[in-house]
Amino acid sequence: MMALKIKTSVSGREMSAKSKICSSFDEAVRDIPDGATLGFGGFAVVGMPINLYQAVAKQGAKGLTCVSNSTRGGATLPTDAPDMGQIIKNGQVKKVICAFTAPTRASQRLVLSEYVEKGLIEAELVPQGTLAERMRAAGAGIPAFYSPAAVGTELAEGRETRVFNGREYLLEEALPLDYAFIRAYQADAFGNLRFRRSQRNFNPIMAMAARVTVVEVEEDILPVGTIDPDDVHTPGIFVHRIVKIPPPPEGWWPQRPGSIGR
Amino acid sequence: MSERAKGLTRQQMCDRLAMEFGDGWIVNLGIGIPTLCSNFDFGNKEIIFHSENGVIGYGPLAPAGDEDLHLVNAGGQHVTLRPGAAIVHHADSFALIRSGKIDVTVLGAYEVAENGDFANWKMAGQQGGGIGGAMDLAACAKHVFVAMEHQTRDGKPRLVERCAIPATARGVVDLVATNFGLFEVTPQGLALREIAPGVTVEQVKAATGCNLIVPREVPAVRMVG
Repeated sequence: MMALKIKTSVSGREMSAKSKICSSFDEAVRDIPDGATLGFGGFAVVGMPINLYQAVAKQGAKGLTCVSNSTRGGATLPTDAPDMGQIIKNGQVKKVICAFTAPTRASQRLVLSEYVEKGLIEAELVPQGTLAERMRAAGAGIPAFYSPAAVGTELAEGRETRVFNGREYLLEEALPLDYAFIRAYQADAFGNLRFRRSQRNFNPIMAMAARVTVVEVEEDILPVGTIDPDDVHTPGIFVHRIVKIPPPPEGWWPQRPGSIGR
Repeated sequence: MSERAKGLTRQQMCDRLAMEFGDGWIVNLGIGIPTLCSNFDFGNKEIIFHSENGVIGYGPLAPAGDEDLHLVNAGGQHVTLRPGAAIVHHADSFALIRSGKIDVTVLGAYEVAENGDFANWKMAGQQGGGIGGAMDLAACAKHVFVAMEHQTRDGKPRLVERCAIPATARGVVDLVATNFGLFEVTPQGLALREIAPGVTVEQVKAATGCNLIVPREVPAVRMVG
């Protein structure tokens, strides 16, 4: 079989963005104002910005609205690893928007639950696909959309529905973010990102929904142009700050389930 | 209580539901009991497992010590990828759910009503809830199967006339496997299709909270092998 001749068609001056590389997580989160809406990517630890959670807790902004699939880490993190629970315990959070606002097992207890029960935090529960699509819409310039999820349930009570082609749909509004905190496998210095395996999850969507996207990166930051344009998952135009995660114990990394003492 | 019938194991419940999967189906398994469906031997049938976090075509669990820390299924378990697998982000993952590409989702439940309503995200008296992707899946999959124990730990029925706790979706459940047998939601109501070995129809009726359509002859639950 004849090999297909491929033209690289990449030439000219490279896209430069030296200012995107931050030397520390603290520097990358320094300007979060009180009252900001923050998105944290990740699903069951994979792609979760563990180090940025810690930096936000240290930075101390208050009155935050935090968006994430859930508020806790998971089985591949030690119990003392930072997650949204740490920011909640710090008294920084006014509202969470999540697909899980209660534990999935009766034996578990969320940090969030205590704050919600005391009326200190408002928790908005959103079906997971609706949560993803609300942020996708924000990143796509769409103010609202109709979804069939949650129709006929408690979550739809008092809300606008509309029938299309004989089926009832629920109106859902876009969810724009002030900041997205995400984790990626590779980044070049322009902020072009690649994720590995199920690490992608909410991360590319949050990057597009946010005014400022901050990325913790697992591998050494690559020279601009190293990632083939066809292989970029999130284009650098959606990325504003990148930080290389230091090796453990300075940086937080998921661990093999077997190597975590519980 | 000492005479309480046990019936099927959780694996047998899931095996029975998995027998209904068609060749080429795209299948989404909820966390908990339903994940056992992936242990079933599908023989020559091509079954593609989709996980809500964007994994299309995952395989068996990774052996201990050989986990890929970048790869989990919806339950956070470290799975493997089959040759031909693909990964998408969350919005695309739910785009394929919402647009009806999932042939069947198997979910756990606290309650299933005779009209096909079911509840699985909020226990009675609980603040908040754990919806995850269940509402999207339940509203949009072509078929919704439920795998659950027939009764609560304190002996209350889970198959009921109307859900007492907040519903996940209305009128969507097709088939339910419990430790007592296989049940189908029909326009006439809930029908007992197959009964677990060692369990009597009277026991099933006594442990069920709604009217049960029982044919004259109820076959035993089909088993593997």
